[in-house]
Amino acid sequence: MQKQYSLKELEKKANEIRQDIIKMLVVAGSGHSAGPLGMADIFTALYFKVLRHDPKRPNWKERDRLILSNGHICPVRYTAMAHAGYFSKNWLSTFRTIGSKLEGHPSFKKISALETTSGPLGEGLSEACGFALAAKIDKATYHIWCLLSDGEHQEGMTWEAAMLASKYRLNNLTCIIDRNNIQIDGYTEDIMPLEPLREKYEAFGWHVIDMNGHDIQEIISTLEEAKAVAEKPVCIIAHTIPGKGVSFMEKDYKWHGVPPGTDIPGEPPKAEQAKIALRELRTLQGKIESELD
Amino acid sequence: MNYYFAKHYLNETKVEWKPMRDGAGIGMAELGETKKDMVVLGADTTESSRAHYFAQKFPERFIQVGVAEQNMIGIAAGLSYQGKVPYAVTYAAFLIGRPWEPIRTTIAYPERHVVFVSSHAGLATGPDGPTHQMTEDIAITRCLPGFTVIAPCDFEQARKAVKAAYSLKGPVYIRNCREKTPVFTTDKTPFEVGKAQILREGKDVTVIGHGYMVYWLLQIAEELKKKISIEVINLHTIKPLDGKTILQSTKKTKRVFCAEDHNVIGGMGSAVAEFLSETYPVPMKLHGVYDTFAESGSVKDLWKKYGLDKEGTKKVLLEFLKKV
Repeated sequence: MQKQYSLKELEKKANEIRQDIIKMLVVAGSGHSAGPLGMADIFTALYFKVLRHDPKRPNWKERDRLILSNGHICPVRYTAMAHAGYFSKNWLSTFRTIGSKLEGHPSFKKISALETTSGPLGEGLSEACGFALAAKIDKATYHIWCLLSDGEHQEGMTWEAAMLASKYRLNNLTCIIDRNNIQIDGYTEDIMPLEPLREKYEAFGWHVIDMNGHDIQEIISTLEEAKAVAEKPVCIIAHTIPGKGVSFMEKDYKWHGVPPGTDIPGEPPKAEQAKIALRELRTLQGKIESELD
Repeated sequence: MNYYFAKHYLNETKVEWKPMRDGAGIGMAELGETKKDMVVLGADTTESSRAHYFAQKFPERFIQVGVAEQNMIGIAAGLSYQGKVPYAVTYAAFLIGRPWEPIRTTIAYPERHVVFVSSHAGLATGPDGPTHQMTEDIAITRCLPGFTVIAPCDFEQARKAVKAAYSLKGPVYIRNCREKTPVFTTDKTPFEVGKAQILREGKDVTVIGHGYMVYWLLQIAEELKKKISIEVINLHTIKPLDGKTILQSTKKTKRVFCAEDHNVIGGMGSAVAEFLSETYPVPMKLHGVYDTFAESGSVKDLWKKYGLDKEGTKKVLLEFLKKV
């Protein structure tokens, strides 16, 4: 039986996950900061509330499938999975090192509960369609969730999959787009504009819902709503703040692909970054005075 | 010799000519009867790549992705994670060339059991021209870890190969041509993935081929039998390479001639050369498409111009033998 978490507990869990993301990135000395922090609330809602899953039986046939297309945000998935009990939290400090199961980008060969291997962008939605088609053939009842970045919608393959999901009426598939507006080289709308994203998905035949990606209650209700849509695949556009919870990282594309401890002009000194980040998270950016050191 | 050849197989006017793509297509439709977890994916080339035999019989297990080969690969990966055995079917250039990186990431690296069945491999594609004449597919599949690469010699072998692929592990590529070529084996001829076939024993030179080229090699061996004793190997499985058979033959003949409808860079000949250079270096000649894009034309004209017909191949072989 899955533990029932209160909203407060889920919020606390998301914060712990953010702190562990910072710690694992600092130890690894490389990896992505902004996306994982921005998606911590959604991963918390998924692993601790919405997903039909059992960390003790990762190959359970009736489990929901969670496919992470933008593999580079794996620090948040690894951390959420460790907190959920898929593996020891000790693994987190081995991220990106030789012999570790926590590859720089998720590898199915290392951890089958990741469902797929990802990293190169634009491929996950196609794979999710394959999962959903197989589930249809088998008349299975579980749900397929596919997490995508906004930037990877610049890959044509994503739209090939969007067309097919609509053609085959894959109502057992929900994609969640991390609409954080940044990519490595800058802001998405400068690099290659994606808007109007909602209208594009609607034109492709999807049911689209906009969502605040940091309001856990709204996340849970939106994901439940998505499962209930019977006639179409569902696209949730999750509006998130990249780097959420760490003031100097928030909304700044320069933190897309680097860890705390990186020399960036105008940012805090690199030796101080992790300390500041963890302090801000612990105190909710100064709101909880009792947590101040 | 333990192999069963078709009647009058060396006489090209008496032997039946059929495309291997038909053998593959019919084989898949036959296999689907007993293998209920088999799913076939087509990409708008269903009839010309012969996936339609399966599609007509099992519409509920046929997925039409449209002109979107990258998507086809991702979907095949997804299906395989769910316990299905997907067969992705289209022209070699689009099946392997177009979506190579998705194949690498979503299928090869996570060791997915997906079967890639091509048509339109090699210059034997004909008038469609170089855009469609895929002559690099063996090179770019065999360099991916875990891939099995099979190039059947005729219709019957293609039919067997698609069935044998079902029981293998990891990704499998089966390379088929569009053109009708001689059906010189029969439905009873043995076929084992990874086991090269010595179709004719000889002692002076080992000639190795795949696809329809094997037929020319058999004819050449027969024509030259009074001058030279030629051992003919059908290397239908290019990866994993049957080093044992190649080594045994090479130790006997001390000369190796490879021929194929594929770029000489990275093809079967390269695979044999890589192996022999480390185990038993001997003089070799790699015959094939000499690092060029060809052109439109009838298959017979292309074979002639690019030296891939029997006469062209024989000429290169004789020149090689003169030198070594």
